[in-house]
Amino acid sequence: MTIDQISPGLILIASAFALPFLRGWLRAALILLGPLLALWLVWQIPDGATLTAKFMGLDLVPLKGDRLSRLFGTIFCIMAFAGGLFALRQARTIELSAAFFYAGSAVGVAFAGDLITVFVFWELMALGSTVVIWSADTEKARRAGMRYVMIHLLGGVLLMAGIIDFVASKNTVAFGIGPIQEVLTINRPGTWLILAGFLINAGAPPLSAWLPDAYPESSPTGMVFLSAFTTKTAVYVLWRGFQGFDVLIWIGLFMVFYGIIYALLENDMRRILAYSIVNQVGFMVCGIGIGTDMALNGAAAHAFTHIIYKALLLMSAGSVLYMTGKRKCTDLGGLFQSMPLTCICGIIGALAISSFPLTSGFISKSMISQGAADQHLALVWFLLAAASAGVFLHAGIKFPWFVFFQKDSGMRPPDPPWNMRLAMILFAALCIGLGVWPQPLYEILPLQPVGYKPYTGYHVVEMLQLLLFSGLAFFVLLPFMKRTLTISLDVDWFWRRLGARLAGEFTTLSNRACGLTADRLQARLEKALETVFHFHGPKGILARTWDTGTTTLVIVGLLAAYLVIYFV
Amino acid sequence: MAGKKDDPTELHWLVRPQTIRRLWFVFAGVLALTVVAGLFVKLPGHFVWDGEFWFFAAYGFATCAAMVFGAKALGFILKRPDDYYDD
Repeated sequence: MTIDQISPGLILIASAFALPFLRGWLRAALILLGPLLALWLVWQIPDGATLTAKFMGLDLVPLKGDRLSRLFGTIFCIMAFAGGLFALRQARTIELSAAFFYAGSAVGVAFAGDLITVFVFWELMALGSTVVIWSADTEKARRAGMRYVMIHLLGGVLLMAGIIDFVASKNTVAFGIGPIQEVLTINRPGTWLILAGFLINAGAPPLSAWLPDAYPESSPTGMVFLSAFTTKTAVYVLWRGFQGFDVLIWIGLFMVFYGIIYALLENDMRRILAYSIVNQVGFMVCGIGIGTDMALNGAAAHAFTHIIYKALLLMSAGSVLYMTGKRKCTDLGGLFQSMPLTCICGIIGALAISSFPLTSGFISKSMISQGAADQHLALVWFLLAAASAGVFLHAGIKFPWFVFFQKDSGMRPPDPPWNMRLAMILFAALCIGLGVWPQPLYEILPLQPVGYKPYTGYHVVEMLQLLLFSGLAFFVLLPFMKRTLTISLDVDWFWRRLGARLAGEFTTLSNRACGLTADRLQARLEKALETVFHFHGPKGILARTWDTGTTTLVIVGLLAAYLVIYFV
Repeated sequence: MAGKKDDPTELHWLVRPQTIRRLWFVFAGVLALTVVAGLFVKLPGHFVWDGEFWFFAAYGFATCAAMVFGAKALGFILKRPDDYYDD
């Protein structure tokens, strides 16, 4: 076995199983060095298959590398490292183990060369992430985790059904840019089933609600992990299998605006950020739908930068939650005074998600818009520009404003412990570093040469006008955005309320039916018993006690009858 | 606490009314600057209007206002008390 045959994902999964047995510095060392070892292994995997196997007559490729795999593998490992650092001393061991298992499975998907391997790691991801949600150890988290796993198992079933159709028609499970483009023809039902399975994990409509329902119920550290892997592996598989699918442009745009509108209505800071995940993944899905080299590189680059700044935002929100125990904007405010570092890191994350010049979002998201402009997709381009302004509105200003500024909540919690601060500083530095010096990221993008220059006078002025005037709109319209103690109905209403009501109604009706049946059964039984009692009861003709005279008379009668029969 | 809030000198310097007024002036200046800067850069103008120096300022403001009011309107239908699912 050579070094390029060791799956980096399995290293993380092995770390997950080793964690519960370690204490003290050994535990810390594993949490920090496990992801770094996996990251090193990611870069040992060359282009092409390094591990193959046979399964039920199918050629499996559990480990296969190319530029795209390494890009996603890299960011997943960096994320596991920073998440581990952030959660080092705060998260329960079960949460960290589950998070590493989850991260390892995501890396497994990134290096899967066939659909069966994708499916296996896909399901392991669902398992790991559900345990991360449950690790918050609250009743709400338990219920939300149950709803979450149901949706993901449904996604898994769709994916498996699609794969079966795929195998039935082509007798192969190969999953690479070339072959899958040829094989995934639009007419097969399997294609659409696989697409549906992938899109559920991306947080696409109609089931987007699973994401803002479940993620915010996890622990302060748990959501940092959750934000990174599920939706981005979905982006990865869509990139590989469905680039240039027109329908993805519109699905992506829907997600973008869905995220903005719901985040604008939301009061819970972590739910704001959850909606904003859907919004950002929408940009990537749209880029994949556009399907040109520019847009595809943009989608991949945006997934990379997004994982960093979204984790940073959630670390900032997680720190606030960890230190204050509060999540609602109506309870927060004025925290900049006592949590300056958390506030500054939150603002850097917020600027990056808004694609402010000199931050990482600026050098990635603009490639997707450029892709739309190159293709003369006017409507798409205008909508993406409006959405960029909207991101600044709902996440770029709203999150830091309501959490760290607005009214003074009176709370003065300090910044969180050192490991949490260090993780935030690391990711804040990466947000700015990639924004100032994008070349290293451009060099590892899947389609070379990248040939995109983000810092042109036009582009900087365009973005600054768009974002700053969006900021002006925020402050001018602030009275219309007063926070209220509300949630917004979403499609999860169908399974949380309608489904629950129907189930309740069914229970009542079935209970009533059961009751009626039982009553009737009892009445019949009683009647039968009565009959038996009539004949066999203490006074029944067949069981009552006779006095001695009657008995003697009957015996005499019987003996007489016997004698008569004998003589005859 | 109430006394503290009434006295501007007791407030953090960033939230004193005077600072906030100054910040508004600075913000207005920066906004004007970005629009003026539009005159000095060559805008490619892929489609209609987007080649104008003021376009992104107007577009950013208008679309954001539309989104805020759109969200507000939807809120009338979608908003529920946050203990809606708790029973």
